[in-house]
Amino acid sequence: MDYILEGILQAVALLASGNAETLSAVAATLKVSSVSMAASLVIGLPLGFWLGYHRFPGKRAVRTVVDTLLSLPTVLVGLIVYALISQRGPLGEMGLLFTLPGIALGQAILAIPVVVALTATAVESMDRQLSVTLRSLGADRRQLLLSTLWETRFGILAAAVTAYGRVMTEVGISMMVGGNIKWHTRTMTTAIALETNKGMFAMGVALGLVLLAIAFAVNISVSFLRRRAR
Amino acid sequence: MNRFFFRFALIAVWAGILFLTAGAVGAQQTLMMATTTSTDNTGLLDSLIPEFTKDTGIELKWTATGTGKALKLGENCDVDVLLVHAPAAEKKYVADGFGINRRQVMYNDFVLIGPAADPAGIKGKTVRGALEAIRAGQQIFVSRGDNSGTHKQELALWQAAEGPVPEKEPWYVQTGQGMLTTINVAAERSGYTMTDRGTYIKYEATLNGNPPLKILVEGDDILLNQYSVITVNPTRCPTVKADLAETFSRWMIGERAQNLIGDFKLLGKQLFTPNAAK
Repeated sequence: MDYILEGILQAVALLASGNAETLSAVAATLKVSSVSMAASLVIGLPLGFWLGYHRFPGKRAVRTVVDTLLSLPTVLVGLIVYALISQRGPLGEMGLLFTLPGIALGQAILAIPVVVALTATAVESMDRQLSVTLRSLGADRRQLLLSTLWETRFGILAAAVTAYGRVMTEVGISMMVGGNIKWHTRTMTTAIALETNKGMFAMGVALGLVLLAIAFAVNISVSFLRRRAR
Repeated sequence: MNRFFFRFALIAVWAGILFLTAGAVGAQQTLMMATTTSTDNTGLLDSLIPEFTKDTGIELKWTATGTGKALKLGENCDVDVLLVHAPAAEKKYVADGFGINRRQVMYNDFVLIGPAADPAGIKGKTVRGALEAIRAGQQIFVSRGDNSGTHKQELALWQAAEGPVPEKEPWYVQTGQGMLTTINVAAERSGYTMTDRGTYIKYEATLNGNPPLKILVEGDDILLNQYSVITVNPTRCPTVKADLAETFSRWMIGERAQNLIGDFKLLGKQLFTPNAAK
């Protein structure tokens, strides 16, 4: 049990002293998860919006597929992305293996279903009366689209935060695609896996607490933004 | 509405900056190495590689896996150079045309470790006698089971003990993970395992010199663990930086690196013995 207490003390010490290795892992995690979240929003938001806004035959089947992809195993994504960007793979020439953009590619694949599903749900659960009212007030298609987007902004924000949480905490893709290279692709999660492998449990706990603190900070700022927006 | 778009713009700008910095890092002279968990977990590379960068200006990145996967990464042209320990597999690798210029760098040795109480009574026995005693006593034996150099060595020991590898025996536990994890599993189960001495000393150091598992069998000739550096074959893999890999390979067998390897100590104990051909 000592190592849990020791881990808490170490976490404080690591952050307070500005430990270079820890800061490098924190920076790698923030960089890669921000990029992958942005990419998943750019691709996922229009898809999710389209899926939630339109009614078409086979829509339920598409929703089922998207919902299934919510539980994409990270190691499977890692394996597929490795196969794609290995020198022997079709995207080998881009030199993405063992780089942060490579990890971001895998994480975006992981997060896109999250963004699509949550955006679609937010748009679907929006008051159906709204579009009727807006049209009766003479709104054109563009205005209709923009007001729907505006009305679902909190749902979209929730989708973004959930996607961020999913990519920031995954370890399978970061390990397989990134290779856990010190100072480069070592993220918080791969560092925790490594420290545990080395039997340095206290250090692992410390890094875990730092990760938790970042997640906490992200959620605090989101709820702050929400309150301001109201 | 504006605030919403502002946030989007902010994310886009961030993404742009991040990709630019990623590009700038890639422009330096960097060498990619695949190596084994033992060189990384013991901290040897952390002390050695900064010296290499200081001497040559080449940045070396490494990923630590088992020897099996490290060889595979080379075969897929994903790394430039390898630092591994499975001589038989390495020779075949070079013969198959996947690697060139295999050079011996250093060695350490393997030891059999187990609980201090030693329920199978293997202490001081030969490797063969010890494994026979473990098998006869159905004592827990924890194996890497990950096709790493250490795992290959362990399988060779079972074969040398003239019995089948106890693949499906209930007392034979295969972790599929790195050396320190495997030692920790053995400690949790009060079992025996085989490890390289370097990783064991590191394990001893993390537990302040008083670990539950002790060295019980050592010094047998069959327990020697040779590390070599291999350049990935540039004629098979045009993207490989063979010239930088050659610089690294020559640096590793040079006097300076060999002295650094010999001087690398944990708990006052030498972990690796340099033995490059002069």
